[in-house]
Amino acid sequence: MSLLVLEDIGKEFGAIRALSNVNLRIEPGEVVGLMGDNGAGKSTLVKIIAGNFRPSHGRMLFQDREVHFSRPVDARQVGIEVVYQDLALADNLTASANVFLGRELKRKVGPFSFLDHAAMNQRTAALFQELKSETRPDDVVRAMSGGQRQAVAIARTRLAQAKLILMDEPTAAISVRQVAEVLDLIRRLRDAGIAVILISHRMPDVFSVCERVVVMRRGSKVADKPVSQSSPEEVTALITGAKEAA
Amino acid sequence: MNDVSPAARSTAETGDFANVGRTEWWRRGFFASQTAYVAVALIAIMVVMSFLSPAFLSSGNLANVAKNFSFVGIVTLGVTLVIITGGIDLSVGSTMALAAITCAIVMQKVSGTGLDAIPLAGMIVSLAAGLGAAVLIGLANGLLIARVGLSPFVTTLGMLSIVRGLAYAVTEGRGQAPTGPDVNTFYEITDGNIAGVPVAVIYLLVLAGILSLVLHHTAFGRHVFALGGNEKAAALTGISVERVKVGVYVLSSLSAGFAGILMVGWLGSAPANLATGYELTIIAAAVIGGANLTGGMGGPAGAVIGALLIEVIRNGLVLAGINAYWQIVLVGAIIILAVLVDRLRTMRMTP
Repeated sequence: MSLLVLEDIGKEFGAIRALSNVNLRIEPGEVVGLMGDNGAGKSTLVKIIAGNFRPSHGRMLFQDREVHFSRPVDARQVGIEVVYQDLALADNLTASANVFLGRELKRKVGPFSFLDHAAMNQRTAALFQELKSETRPDDVVRAMSGGQRQAVAIARTRLAQAKLILMDEPTAAISVRQVAEVLDLIRRLRDAGIAVILISHRMPDVFSVCERVVVMRRGSKVADKPVSQSSPEEVTALITGAKEAA
Repeated sequence: MNDVSPAARSTAETGDFANVGRTEWWRRGFFASQTAYVAVALIAIMVVMSFLSPAFLSSGNLANVAKNFSFVGIVTLGVTLVIITGGIDLSVGSTMALAAITCAIVMQKVSGTGLDAIPLAGMIVSLAAGLGAAVLIGLANGLLIARVGLSPFVTTLGMLSIVRGLAYAVTEGRGQAPTGPDVNTFYEITDGNIAGVPVAVIYLLVLAGILSLVLHHTAFGRHVFALGGNEKAAALTGISVERVKVGVYVLSSLSAGFAGILMVGWLGSAPANLATGYELTIIAAAVIGGANLTGGMGGPAGAVIGALLIEVIRNGLVLAGINAYWQIVLVGAIIILAVLVDRLRTMRMTP
């Protein structure tokens, strides 16, 4: 059973064809690198999977059931979470407040319900431990490193029991040590049986953590093969168009 | 690279890591906040003033200070909520006046009708009318800002003028005095004393306590902070941004309406120019107390301390016999000073 199947997905914005006839299959626990130059259609494809856009045509199946997302909430409900490039965290709140934002744990006291700080901190600490991240639940996000912020954003998706996580350029603006940390986080998600689509420009990241690489060019999928049968040189050629398809 | 030392692993429950330092307790939380050093400044000023002027600590003067600052303080609590979300409410001064006038006029109108037969009914109806007028103003602000997407500054600036104009139009410029069978009870609950303490102060402290509970221990409070920190992120997590925003503007107006009604008890009348220009003192009090106009920071302790600091300095200038016009200059200078000190402090802490 495939986790996600895209069949002939296309998207037009007026006269502009952003995506044409894309077929893609994602298995549970698979880490797939999605590469392509700016404007190749990566983000359009991701936005369709995440429910930001409806496809103009084509079918999308999640766990063998056809799905139609009209809002991001719809995608989240079946188990698709997105870790945004700017991470979408509230800087002024603690890690645990961010992890539980919008789904706080509460305790009833008479007619009122109050936040259950202890339970949320404990659960967050457990998530960080599971991700082996050195992040404290009650530290404020503003004071955190890029890697720790990634851990907070990923812990959010873990809490939601996501089955597929879309990561948009998670290693774009962080230090070398933190890149290694984030790649470790991705491996831990894979070990937990969660599929990851990694959108990245960084060849070394894709080749060290992904099993498969998908290359987009001018709205079409031009390659989809195991990383072991490809090379950074080939992928570069595919991205730039020096090589037509593989 | 993720190696955690054995010692750290054993204490991982409490979240201590061997290689990640933790700031000393006095450098984080309340102790490192602008609210804390403004509180220290406030205490210092009060000590100096008690030496300079023997009248400062007299019970009459203290009661005066307490009452004056309570009106501003109560509204500052509401405006602080708005400021935490990254918004601003300039219409609170006008709202104080219109709520006060509505309350007084309704009390005049219902006296002599059948409601007189039921004890306190007239007063309850007029209080509800005054607070209801405030809620309507807050709803208008909130819906225009959250649903239509207008800028909070412009919307509430317009509302400042609309509401003040209404206050003059409805009264034709004449002050409205509360009348009726319940008027003595009205004065008691708005201007009385409990154990020698003016009720306005008690209302302020109770409301500050409730606000503190709401901000730090409820989901609504957390969403208020999240909106100020990153509104886009808050929306992505599924928080109903619109509802939280409408909520804070309604609460801000409601606090203004309540304080306006208390002022009627204090003045014995609701003039159309009641609380003119108060919005600036109120926003100043919030900012001095540590609320950040870019959003995401602030709290009830800061609101109370900020309002008290402004009133103590104003009172000090009066006792020193300094011209009232200079008070306005000084309040402005204190606002800039408080923000400046905070700026210098954060620059020093983040090299």
